[in-house]
Amino acid sequence: MQQLEALTREAQGLAMGRGPLTGDEAEVARQMQICNACRYCEGYCAVFPAMARRLEFGKTDIHYLANLCHNCGDCLHACQYGPDHEFKVNVPQAMAQVRLHTYTEFAWPRAFGGLYQRNGLAVALATAAGLALFLILSMVMAGTQMGQPLAGNFYAIFPHNVLAWMFGIVFAYAALALGIGVSRFWREESPGAATGEATAEAVHNALTLKYLDGGHGKGCNEESDAFTLARRRFHHFTFYGFMLCFAATSVATLYHYLFHWEAPYAFTSLPVILGSLGGLGLLIGPAGLLWLNLNRHPRHGDAAQKPMDRGFIALLLATSLTGFALLLWRDSGAMGLLLAVHLGIVMALFLTMPYGKFAHGIFRSAALLKWSIERRQPSRLRLGAD
Amino acid sequence: MDDSQLDVIVIGGGNAALCAALMAREAGASVLLLEAAPEEWRGGNSQHTRNLRAMHDAPEDVLTEAYPEEEFWQDLLKVTGGITNEHLARLAIRESSRCRPWMHKHGVHFQPSLSGTLHLSSTNAFFMGGGRALVNAYFRSAQELGVKVRYNAPVDTIEVENGRFVAVRVGNERIAAKACVVASGGFESDIAWQREAWGQNERGEWPADNFLIRGTRYNLGLPLKSLMKAGADTIGDPTQAHCVAIDARAPLYDGGICTRVDCVSLGIMVNREAERFYDEGEDFWPKRYALWGRLVALQPGQIGYCIIDAKAVGRFMPPVFPGIKTNTLEELAREMGLDEQKFMATVNAFNAACKVGTFDHQVQDDCHTEGITPPKTHWARPIDTAPFFGYALRPGITFTYLGLKINDHAAVHFNGQPSPNLFAAGEVMAGNVLGKGYTAGVGMTIGTAFGRIAGTRAAASTGHIHEAIHAAA
Repeated sequence: MQQLEALTREAQGLAMGRGPLTGDEAEVARQMQICNACRYCEGYCAVFPAMARRLEFGKTDIHYLANLCHNCGDCLHACQYGPDHEFKVNVPQAMAQVRLHTYTEFAWPRAFGGLYQRNGLAVALATAAGLALFLILSMVMAGTQMGQPLAGNFYAIFPHNVLAWMFGIVFAYAALALGIGVSRFWREESPGAATGEATAEAVHNALTLKYLDGGHGKGCNEESDAFTLARRRFHHFTFYGFMLCFAATSVATLYHYLFHWEAPYAFTSLPVILGSLGGLGLLIGPAGLLWLNLNRHPRHGDAAQKPMDRGFIALLLATSLTGFALLLWRDSGAMGLLLAVHLGIVMALFLTMPYGKFAHGIFRSAALLKWSIERRQPSRLRLGAD
Repeated sequence: MDDSQLDVIVIGGGNAALCAALMAREAGASVLLLEAAPEEWRGGNSQHTRNLRAMHDAPEDVLTEAYPEEEFWQDLLKVTGGITNEHLARLAIRESSRCRPWMHKHGVHFQPSLSGTLHLSSTNAFFMGGGRALVNAYFRSAQELGVKVRYNAPVDTIEVENGRFVAVRVGNERIAAKACVVASGGFESDIAWQREAWGQNERGEWPADNFLIRGTRYNLGLPLKSLMKAGADTIGDPTQAHCVAIDARAPLYDGGICTRVDCVSLGIMVNREAERFYDEGEDFWPKRYALWGRLVALQPGQIGYCIIDAKAVGRFMPPVFPGIKTNTLEELAREMGLDEQKFMATVNAFNAACKVGTFDHQVQDDCHTEGITPPKTHWARPIDTAPFFGYALRPGITFTYLGLKINDHAAVHFNGQPSPNLFAAGEVMAGNVLGKGYTAGVGMTIGTAFGRIAGTRAAASTGHIHEAIHAAA
């Protein structure tokens, strides 16, 4: 193993110009040096073609490649130098470990980056705080109206403006925090200007989860070396469910302020249809992802981050479950309580957005755009017969 | 499974074994596959492969242009120097044009030639994810079809009576079957056997002591040895092998592809005495890489040193281990443990002999040496630009060519007579086609072609006829 240690030191030395590598970063550099001499996995995803454009792996390269990795597992099962070999290559795991550093280092404000490291605690506290906030608010604001059937009139419990301001501020904060983080990530190694073509490709790759297709369309690995599209599909349910819920809220906000149509809306109205479809997606998607997460091959990804993955999935699932409960019993006396619980969960989701698993989508999209720009530029290397 | 009911035993767990097992099972035979390795190391040398050399008369999915039978055959003829069997070689070549849809059916995906391998785009179909992904796919398919698979089951004895296969032994366990396919690879991982084959050279060295094995540690050649003892006809020279010069720091086993060092044609190679010993620019590297293992094996100490300067950086596939890097050639000689004066004399003589024209690594350019022996006939440029890099190289054995003589039914022979129920496929019979030399991807061509034939014939010998029984065979 001496040569591997020498290799690691060499990789560290190469990167010294841009700051010393952490242990996890040096591990990615070590593995990339092996992969770059092999390249068998080039067809699976964008990570390996991006790697092949480089001879050395410095800090910024490592964070870029780590966030380009979708943790599909295909390269791990195909690897001739895997964990049983003395080279001990496990690219999805090494990349996952570095991604946690990306999220942490680029968090805004920086001091909150630690929340990624202790994400179980962060999600628990945010949930407790969200629930407490709305339960207390409901007592203060609604008082005796709690427990009364109010024919679905949410605003009898919480005035519309209060909700709009609270969620508006929290959402804006989440967007700002993630926006600052990802723009710093982007600037660290700007690949050049994004053309319309590159942007369109990156958007397509992000929205279709192109790199969960395995390159051959059969998908990624979950509990074994067999390929499946399950994760890609459950992720689509989750993401598009989330977006439909978001659309439902946006439409309802428009209705409220533009047309002065106030909730509750009919079951056949646009906000309720969008919200119900979205909610369905947010039930099926996270449930499926949770099941896959629990059954994944033990060598996949970073076991230390599973609490963060599952915490986020659980919040999404709780959002849709409490949302449906509210819809079903909105005319009953339980409405006030159900509303407070639902809003508390949603608040926790929004609060932890810039400090939890949600960040992966933002940084991954940025990495995909970098790749779409980079791959249109001529390679600096001329390796033999190419 | 009642032993007497078992139709076919397949010995081995690599590409040829899996092809045989799948074909025999498809024909309706009951099949037991015995893999010597534990599950995590299954697949033999196939787990390190990346492509199949495939004949095609027109562009096909991942294959560009055309690679007709005759061109394939001429390539094979050239690399083997004529030590091949034309009938069997052409059989494998033709089979390579037909087998890919079947491979795909069993879960093997293909991809265009990898970056850095454009020269293979018209001849070799690459497996997506490489050989281990192929092995995984075949094992999944085999298990779905009902092939029984056992790991940690090294066959040490094959019982044969009057040329008929009777049973195998795994330690104390005896397993009988109606037919058998031996696809257990070469004997390269048995260092003692290699030592005996290579013997002692005129310098009193045992060259095999300095060999590295690029592939699996489980190719001990026990089934081959057992059949040799039982009187099976063999073919091939035990010292001939697919042998590449690889980084001396590579692990003893399973270094695979990434330990190769692809900058020989961009620099010079010297031996332990700091002397050059062969034309580094004789031909394109992909056509010469399989020559250098043997060249290094014949040098004192079985070691060679590849020297390049800064001009070569970024022009060859990055090696897994960084080279020794220095700012002067003298330092490089010292760090590599070479005699400084002799080394400088060699480099200076080479540099002075370089007639630099227009350097172009894509063609056989006009940069050559004059007045030194051996010459460097292409890509010769003085080694003069710091930093300098040095890589120590050792012979890396991929697989040995000594094997079982077969016919076009892949039948093992005893005293010139084909066995009715014992067949061989893959590296254990590759010597029928490869007397010496190598060309990329042809091992998988032989393994796939004869694996499929052997499986089909083994099943047929038990009364199970595969619908695709080979007209050509």
